[in-house]
Parts: sequence; C-alpha cells; structure tokens
Amino acid sequence: MPDRAAPVLDVKGLKTVFRTRGGEIHAVNDVSFHLERGELLGVVGESGSGKSVTMMSLIGLLPSPPAEIRSGSVMLGDLDLLKITPEQLRNVRGDKVGFIFQDPMTSLNPVFNIGFQIAEPLRRHMGMNKAQAKARAVELLELVGIPDAAKRLGDYPHQFSGGMRQRVMIAIALACDPDVLIADEPTTALDVTIQAQILELVKELRVKLGMAIIWITHDLGVIAAIADRVMVMYGGQIVEQAPVKDLFANPQHPYTRALLKTIPSLTGVREKRLQVIEGQPPIMTTAPSACAFRARCTHAFDRCEVENPKRHGIDRLPLGQGHDVACHWVAAPVSAETAHV
Amino acid sequence: MFDAATAPLVQVDGLKMYFPIYSGILRRHTGNVKAVDGVSFDIQAGETLGLVGESGCGKSTVGRALLRLYEPTAGAVVIEGEDIAKLTPEALRRKRPTMQMVFQDPQASLNPRMTLADIISEPLIEHTNWNADRRLERVYELMDAVGLNRRFANRFPHEFSGGQRQRIGIARALALNPKFIVCDEPIAALDVSIQAQVVNLLEDLQEKLGLTYLFISHDLSMVRHIADRVAVMYLGRIAELSPRDALFAKPLHPYAEALLSAVNEPDPSLARRPRIILKGDVPSPARPPKGCNFSTRCPKAFARCHEEKPELQEVEPGRHVACFLYASQTGSTGTLEAKEHIQQGEYK
Repeated sequence: MPDRAAPVLDVKGLKTVFRTRGGEIHAVNDVSFHLERGELLGVVGESGSGKSVTMMSLIGLLPSPPAEIRSGSVMLGDLDLLKITPEQLRNVRGDKVGFIFQDPMTSLNPVFNIGFQIAEPLRRHMGMNKAQAKARAVELLELVGIPDAAKRLGDYPHQFSGGMRQRVMIAIALACDPDVLIADEPTTALDVTIQAQILELVKELRVKLGMAIIWITHDLGVIAAIADRVMVMYGGQIVEQAPVKDLFANPQHPYTRALLKTIPSLTGVREKRLQVIEGQPPIMTTAPSACAFRARCTHAFDRCEVENPKRHGIDRLPLGQGHDVACHWVAAPVSAETAHV
Repeated sequence: MFDAATAPLVQVDGLKMYFPIYSGILRRHTGNVKAVDGVSFDIQAGETLGLVGESGCGKSTVGRALLRLYEPTAGAVVIEGEDIAKLTPEALRRKRPTMQMVFQDPQASLNPRMTLADIISEPLIEHTNWNADRRLERVYELMDAVGLNRRFANRFPHEFSGGQRQRIGIARALALNPKFIVCDEPIAALDVSIQAQVVNLLEDLQEKLGLTYLFISHDLSMVRHIADRVAVMYLGRIAELSPRDALFAKPLHPYAEALLSAVNEPDPSLARRPRIILKGDVPSPARPPKGCNFSTRCPKAFARCHEEKPELQEVEPGRHVACFLYASQTGSTGTLEAKEHIQQGEYK
C-alpha cells in the first residue's frame, strides 16, 4: 500500500483546450490529482470524458495546435513537465514515464522487429550498447511472459497475437524502469481470457517492480479487479475520487451511482430492466459554469444550473486522500457530517 | 415457456463455413479457414439466443451465414420451413423481409451520403410497391418506435451520436416487419451508459413485435441480461449450449467456465477472486488442433481430448456440451471415468 511520502506525480489545475474551426472544446477542466509511489490509480469515464486527454497532456503527447494547455502544473519529482523544454520532455518520456496504448497493433512500428523497438529506449535513455540492449530486451520479454524470448527478438509485430503484442508494449514501457506507467485502455482491444492474462501480469509486475500506475479504462470491472484508488471523470472534470472499495460500496456522485447500475451483473439477481442514463455526454464548448452532468442527472436542482460544483471531501480527510465528490446534491456539509457520525 | 409442439423458427443443422486459402505461384487451393465447423442449434419463435465467444471464434460468421450473406459450405439453415442455404436468388430475395440484421458498427453500416429517411425507406423501395407518402409515413412510424425525433428525418448519419446511429440501424432492420433479427454485437461500439439504452430498446421491441433474436456478443453480463439461452463458441464450434440461468450458475464446458471466470465484475470483492487463467492463445482456424479444438488450452484435457473431436450432446435436460468430461457413449461410466481423471489430477 502507498505510504504518505511525497507523491511521484502531482497534477494541479490542469486545463486543456482544443481550438478547432468550430470553436473551442474544453476537454480538461481544472483537473488536480496526485499519484503515490507504488499506487495503481484507476481513471474511469465514457469516451469524451477527458480521461485520455488528461494523461496525454501530462507528458506533452498532444499535437499543438489544436491542443493548448491553458494552465496548471505537473510535478514529476521537482520537475514541472509543463515548463521544461521539448528536449527535456523527450528525456522524461520512455525513461521516467512509460506508457501503454490501447491498440497494440497501431502503436508498434510494423517495419521494425520487436528487438529493435525494445532496444530503442534502452539505447536512447540508458546509453546501452547494442549487446547490452539486446540482453536487457530478452530479460524484459521473459519478464512479461513471452516464451522463447531470445528467438522472438527478430520477429515483427504481425507475427504476434494481440495479447502477445500487448505484452511487447508492456515490455517497451518497462524498459527503463519508469517511476510512472500510464496505461491507456491497455486491455480494451483484447478478449476477456487474454485480458485476464494481462491483468494478472500487471498485478505481478507491480509487486516485483514497485512502480506507480495510472490505468485508464471505461470498464468498471477492470478497475474493481486491480485499482487501489479510482477517479471518475465526466465532462473533463474529476467528479468523484475514492479508494476502490469505498467507491464501489458507497458511490456518491449521481453519475457514478447511475454508471454502476447500468451494468448488468454476472451473478446475483437478474434485473428485469436495465437502468439507463438518459441523454448524451456533453460537449464542452465553454469552460463549465454549471454542473456538466445536470442535464442527465435525476437529482439536479436550481443550484446545479448556475454553479459548477467543487470537489469536497465526505470523510474529513484532505482532498485526494479520502473520498471526495463534486456535486451540490451530496454537498450539504450537514448531511455529510451526520452521515459520518 | 414455449409450446413444444410448434417447430422452431430457426433450425441450423451442421452449418459449415470454410474460407479457402490460395497460395503459391499458381494460387492453388491449399487449405481452408474453418471459420464455422459444424454448428447446429435452433431458435424458438420469440426467443433470444445469445451467441458468445472471443474474437475469431466464428460467431459473426454464423450470424452472416444464417442470413446467407455468405454462401455456407455445408449444412442447412431452415427459417420458417424453408432452407435458406438452398433457395434460388429470387426466392431468397422474397424471403429477405422475414430476416434482418443489425450490424456492429453503426458508423460503417450507414451510407454517409443518405439521409436518415432514405436509409430507413430503402428496404421499403426494394420490397414494397408503396408510394413516397406511404413510405414516409412508415419511416416516421419506425422513428417513433426506436425513439428518434421525427425532425431528424432529413439529417445525415454523421449528425448523430453512436447510440442514435444504432437506433437508425435498428429502424432499418424493422422496416419490413421481420420475424428474425440477427444482432451482431449491436452494443460493442457504444459507451456503457448508452449500451443500456439500446438493449432496453431491443427488449421493448421484442415484446411489442414478437421478434426473435440471435444476439451475438462478447459481453457476457449483457448476454445474461438479454438472452433466454446461450451458445458458447470456440474456434468454429459450439462448446456449450445451455439455458441462461443454468449456464451462469454452473458452466459445464471447461471453456465456458474459464470464460465466465475471466469476466471482471464491478465489485472489488468479487473481481479479486481467484480465476482460471488460460494459457496461450486461440489456435488458428486454418490449422485447428487434431482433437478437441480447446484441448491446447484446456486445464482439464486428458489423452482422448487430443485424439478425437467431441460432439455436442445433451448431458442434462436442455443443456448441450461438447466435451469428453461428460461423454455418454459408455453411459454413466464415461462420466465417472472422466471424474476419476480429474480426481487423480491426470490433467496438466
């Protein structure tokens, strides 16, 4: 479990805007969070909720234009990733921060063999020579459970199956022993039995290597299986944040509650009719001045129309450490007090 | 629940769908991808049969071959007493209105240059001799039925969200009052909160119009919700075909068991239970293993599994399993024998 030492990653007030011909899209609106050493932080939300854009903004992976990071700070140790030069940022990426993308087919280069692709960050960041890099590449492939690792170095991505390709991606991400691993929907493109293999692998590697992981997904089941702490995003904002058990046992935000109810269960009583969240997720053309979920919320009242709710704790712990939620309906501090006494 | 005397609406018998492989300089026929290799099942009128399996197991191919979007290599598909696989093109065309399909990707299955009204009325132009007014009236009726605002009739597909596009696809499938609809992963491309809307719509329509569905999906929890019976496919063959509740309570086939165990429940205490992790990947359907297709990954495989292919057999009332663990050729001793195998830990 993470201790209370300085977080590996501390994000404050991040705002990302896309400038398009049709106007601005406020994709990330004042997002703040931190990541403890060795922690696995799950980020859930629907497509367009800003979860991927947030993480891409952190490490400067968004093309600019159209993307523009308006404000915020991203502290990795004592380095502000938003202030450093592109050259410095290149040194951070793949070294201190590793990432795994959703689709292992499109994120591996089809014209290079995987030995080359694993060795690339090793030679670039660790200054290894060819022989050292190759030896390390074999080690890494063995670590992620690819049989016959030494023989497979010369193989190309198309010679691997989907699950194996994702293992190669993980090997590349782990190559330089990163402090932070960002995994953007790494198992979404995989079948359930292969997904189960990859989740087991990640659990095992976490214990072995002790890195902090940000795991982006829309699958609450995956979150329940591996995360320590969860952030729920909606309309480019964090609407709820809690340790995984609290979130599933005691969801606060109407969106989280509804989301948990829309998923049919595999065990227990079979529901006659699925609960739905009516309407569509919003497209944020302006910075939010009201609650982004109000149009779909069953509890919305007048205050939701005029004021964007701020995150507030429901268990008296400092923001980000306990369970917090951004909602006027669960806001009333009185009810929060009484609920807790 | 269903009248046993009435014949099933859809009867599939020994359906095979092979795609030939041509290779070498002379492009000789050197092998087959056995996408579907001997699949039999039937669907009662008004029933929803769930068809689940991993990608590449042949579930979509079954759906397409059923409507003869592919020419099946062998086997019979009898819908309302007529063998679809043997109909002449003209007879098949006349048969089309009874059987329709909802496709996975609503983006790709709607023509971007046609308006919503054009898309929904296209089957009406093809199969009825109605005039434009009458067609438009039907289009409005259908739009109401699937919950699309009538004002949108002249808009193009790109103006709609994924969930709305899927509604357009459903409206088009309903246009000719079909009896049987193949839903090929209709919710896979949608967000969680939108999936529930579409599934509820499909259920409402089924109740109202007495539709029969083949619901193809890889989402087991959604299949548990919508299906009456479920067929689990693996590498072109049905591993288990059971009533929904029985399957989810106690899967019999080792693959069905592993598949269910791999699903993550949105509940931390359940999701962290020990699970069956299958080793390796699905073999290529061009070179299926000699014995049972699942024998290369099965944690319970024994000698016989590597030699022969098990046939689908009824092992409990209504439950069909293709597995030697439940083999009945030798009566009850076969099952006993298999159980001993398990107890002695002879499998790897």
